[in-house]
Amino acid sequence: MSHSTRIDYTLHLADNALILGHRNSEWTGHGPILEQDIALSNIALDLIGQARNFYQYAARLLNETGGSAGTSGEVTEDALAYLRDAWDFKNCLLAEQAGGDWARTILRQFFISAYQFFLYEELQQSRDSELAAISEKSLKEVSYHLRWSSEWVIRLGDGTAESHTRMKKALDDCWKFTGELFLPAGYEKQLAKEGIAPDLTLLQEKWDARVREVFEEAQLSVPDTEGKRAASPAEKGSVSVVEKTGSAAGKSTWMQTGGKEGRHTEQLGYVLAEMQFLQRAYPGCEW
Amino acid sequence: MSEQQWPLWEVFIRSKQGLDHKHAGSLHAADAQMAIENARDVYTRRMEGVSIWVVESKYVHASNPDDSSSFYDPANDKVYRHPTFYDLPDELKHM
Repeated sequence: MSHSTRIDYTLHLADNALILGHRNSEWTGHGPILEQDIALSNIALDLIGQARNFYQYAARLLNETGGSAGTSGEVTEDALAYLRDAWDFKNCLLAEQAGGDWARTILRQFFISAYQFFLYEELQQSRDSELAAISEKSLKEVSYHLRWSSEWVIRLGDGTAESHTRMKKALDDCWKFTGELFLPAGYEKQLAKEGIAPDLTLLQEKWDARVREVFEEAQLSVPDTEGKRAASPAEKGSVSVVEKTGSAAGKSTWMQTGGKEGRHTEQLGYVLAEMQFLQRAYPGCEW
Repeated sequence: MSEQQWPLWEVFIRSKQGLDHKHAGSLHAADAQMAIENARDVYTRRMEGVSIWVVESKYVHASNPDDSSSFYDPANDKVYRHPTFYDLPDELKHM
């Protein structure tokens, strides 16, 4: 059993949670209403908590094998979060995208929560007992995130003309990053064979079904659904290219990928600059 | 935030099975579902509760402070309304 693929995979899970958690924390103090500010900050804290669990496990594996994952000295959870560079991060591109308005933040959360929900559900049966345990614990939190974000997608999508327009805009912005979720990186393929990581194709079917279900109630259409969306004149000039009916995570829509392998959009640089500043400027600083 | 405020809700939390719901505070929410979720996020983050009730504040009817003399003062001199005049057997511990 190769440790390095397992470390990569654990870091991938951790990075997804940390980067999205950090993005959500950008809303703290800026939420549209106090109660939702707290709700999203709670989700941010949940995600950062999940990231910690995964980082601690990755750090243990790294120290056992003498790996560094781009850090120096003894590997700790903090080193993994604060001292790696963008190309060391393996999060999906969707997680690092800027929140934009509330609609985009909600949709980003919904897509990732639905993904994490089905992912953690499967990972509970992983042959890696540590990953299974972290997933089981995280699933309770993610179930709530999914519920919360689904309701907001419906509320905005099926809300006022303004909220509906913003949701459609958010969909145009986010959709191209959803394909990557189900495109396995090398380490995912390897670990799927070993029964440690789930098969992403199966995950995709469940994710598709859930997204369609929520979108239907939200009066939104999945971008590659033939006819509906292409027929709307307001959709002209949208980022996604509508061609044929395919899977919801688009075989027909062009998808941006690379994050899982460390090829990121410029967005991650901004996240890291802010998140890592203190540890970079004052190494080992505590407060 | 739009000019329209979301309605106010009163939140009641039951801290443990078997105890009664206690008023925890109030919050804004667009509907009952959101009020329960907001209450979860605002009032139960530190394991404060196992059950939540929400009631839209406009449905709470309150007594008028001006009535306090006619409402409460007459109870002042009726000591016999308190069960303090019974001789209790020593075996009874929790009265």
